[in-house]
Amino acid sequence: MAQKTMRDAINEALHQAMEQDESVFVIGEDVAGCNGSAGDVGAVGGVFGVTTGIYHRWPDRCIDTPISESAIVGAAAGAALVGMRPVAEIMFADFIGVCMDQIVNQMAKFRYMFGGKSRCPAVIRFSAGGGFSAAGQHSQAMYQIMTSFPGLKVVVPSNAYDAKGLMLSAIADDDPVLFFEPKILYQEACEVPDEHYTIPFGEAAFVREGDDVTVVAFGQMVPKAAAAIDELAEEGISCDLIDPRTTSPLDEGAILESVEATGRLVVVDEAPPRCGLTADIAGLAADKAFASLKGPVKQVCAPHSPTPFAPELEAAYLPDGDKIKAAIKATLS
Amino acid sequence: MSIPTETLSEAYRLMKTIREFEERVNAEIMNGQIPGFTHLYTGQEANAVGVCAHLDESDTIISTHRGHGHCIAKGAEVAGMMKELFGSSEGLCKGKGGSMHVADIDRGILGANGIVAGGPPISVGSALAAKIRKNGKVAVSFSGDGSVNQGTCFEAMNMAVVLEAPAVFVIENNYYSEHTNISYAVGCDDLKARTEAFGFPVFVADGADFFAVYEAAGKAIEHARAGNGPAGVFAEQGRYHGHFVGDPQHYRGEGELDDLRENHDCLKNFRARMAETGELDAATLDAIDAEVMAEIEQAVTEAKAAARPTAEQVTEDVYINYGAGA
Repeated sequence: MAQKTMRDAINEALHQAMEQDESVFVIGEDVAGCNGSAGDVGAVGGVFGVTTGIYHRWPDRCIDTPISESAIVGAAAGAALVGMRPVAEIMFADFIGVCMDQIVNQMAKFRYMFGGKSRCPAVIRFSAGGGFSAAGQHSQAMYQIMTSFPGLKVVVPSNAYDAKGLMLSAIADDDPVLFFEPKILYQEACEVPDEHYTIPFGEAAFVREGDDVTVVAFGQMVPKAAAAIDELAEEGISCDLIDPRTTSPLDEGAILESVEATGRLVVVDEAPPRCGLTADIAGLAADKAFASLKGPVKQVCAPHSPTPFAPELEAAYLPDGDKIKAAIKATLS
Repeated sequence: MSIPTETLSEAYRLMKTIREFEERVNAEIMNGQIPGFTHLYTGQEANAVGVCAHLDESDTIISTHRGHGHCIAKGAEVAGMMKELFGSSEGLCKGKGGSMHVADIDRGILGANGIVAGGPPISVGSALAAKIRKNGKVAVSFSGDGSVNQGTCFEAMNMAVVLEAPAVFVIENNYYSEHTNISYAVGCDDLKARTEAFGFPVFVADGADFFAVYEAAGKAIEHARAGNGPAGVFAEQGRYHGHFVGDPQHYRGEGELDDLRENHDCLKNFRARMAETGELDAATLDAIDAEVMAEIEQAVTEAKAAARPTAEQVTEDVYINYGAGA
């Protein structure tokens, strides 16, 4: 099987969805690129290259926009409301700050407010997360916030294989889906089948299996947690590593089943701690698996601070293998 | 229009400083010395300098992701900026902000800004404060041709008119919203007319010509300062580099960059004008060049030797006072 990067895997999913369904189109800033210029339209394919080649095959369904995030999301929502399946790109998840109304007050609530009589099968893609020294306005995870809004489905892949299958599910889904691509993982490769396949929402992946501690991690923290767990295995500590893959819906069953077996829980996310996913999963365990817990639940996350610029500061800010290992050991002590 | 000689030599010094700052930053990024996303202002120097020449320290500006030039033109300390770009704790923002967030509030620099059209509404607030305080100050927002298609830009322009705020909207048209040309991204043929339809005058200038920008900005700032509400400046000039450092620039036409550097260069234009008028001689300008080169070299030397931030600084400066939990 071929090795593909996450960027190429998502790109392949977009191509396959567009081959199968003429109602699928992509829209966003520079998803083709070079419009109105002397260069070749389509030469950009998104600033991270995720929509590469789409314009050349389907020029009518690869739509560059002005820098107008509210209008991009609103246009995707509106097109979806009348039966299209748009895949909109918002270049950085941080720009949710610009278009939040269209996401949370509009597309998230159509179906409920309209008495179940509408559907809005839009996908909004975002590059997300830290690791680039991109500072406060280009480094945020944002998916933890969006997970709190009923009406939205929220996807956070941690590897190329999952990203492709989850994207094909997202496009086929009849509800609005926010798809957060950890940008630090775009160049990370794994085996990805050429053929079309889907990964259902709300079904976690067991990335590692063990007996002592349950570790739940999201997005770019999954490979970091896996590496930490592999190091601890040499010390005789074995862990379950659960990647929920979708934060809404959340595979509560997989997490609770594991916690009931191990009695110990560490939750890892790159976002700050307040009202985030680590607190959310810790609360789930406290509520529904309290009797199984043998010790305190540990949260590994960023501090309550914006993302700093300097590489040393960002390295200290983001969770890393040492922090994850220390948390795992703390649950055992 | 007569411009004092000191103003001319200072304008040239600032334009040259911006040029050399940006070219050196580009080189240091290639050397792996500067992290993060960096957007260079090279080529557009006359815009920032021509506008800021009319401002004093307590007038404010707000900038963009391409903000180094605006900050230097408004008086930011060059070594402090360079340290910031290197991520030093001695930088203007203690290494917390980097290229996209350089700020110096004491000098009226309300920050570069990583969000397209994030600045104009904030600038209206600064202008409103000046109106309430009746202190004759103006607030300038720099933003690009990409920003004019954001709702925040529309809202800021309309509200500045409604509030009669002394806000000056400087729109720098470098022709590209990242990788998309303005001919595609702006739907009307006449952006000046579209902007004036909000209800304020817009003055257009060749952004490669300091004197043209100085004159246009002078009219706009005078209009706002006199209490007539907002005004606009459109400065048209391409950037010499990509949208960000590393941009392959697929959108450029053949010879486009060569033409920009050859025929649309504010420094060359300035020198030609001086040769014509004799207001500043070549030796004076050469001496400024040498001083600027030394200043940039010194800034880089200091930045490389400057203190690095430490882990405990991550959570500093999130709040002024967070109570018992801080």
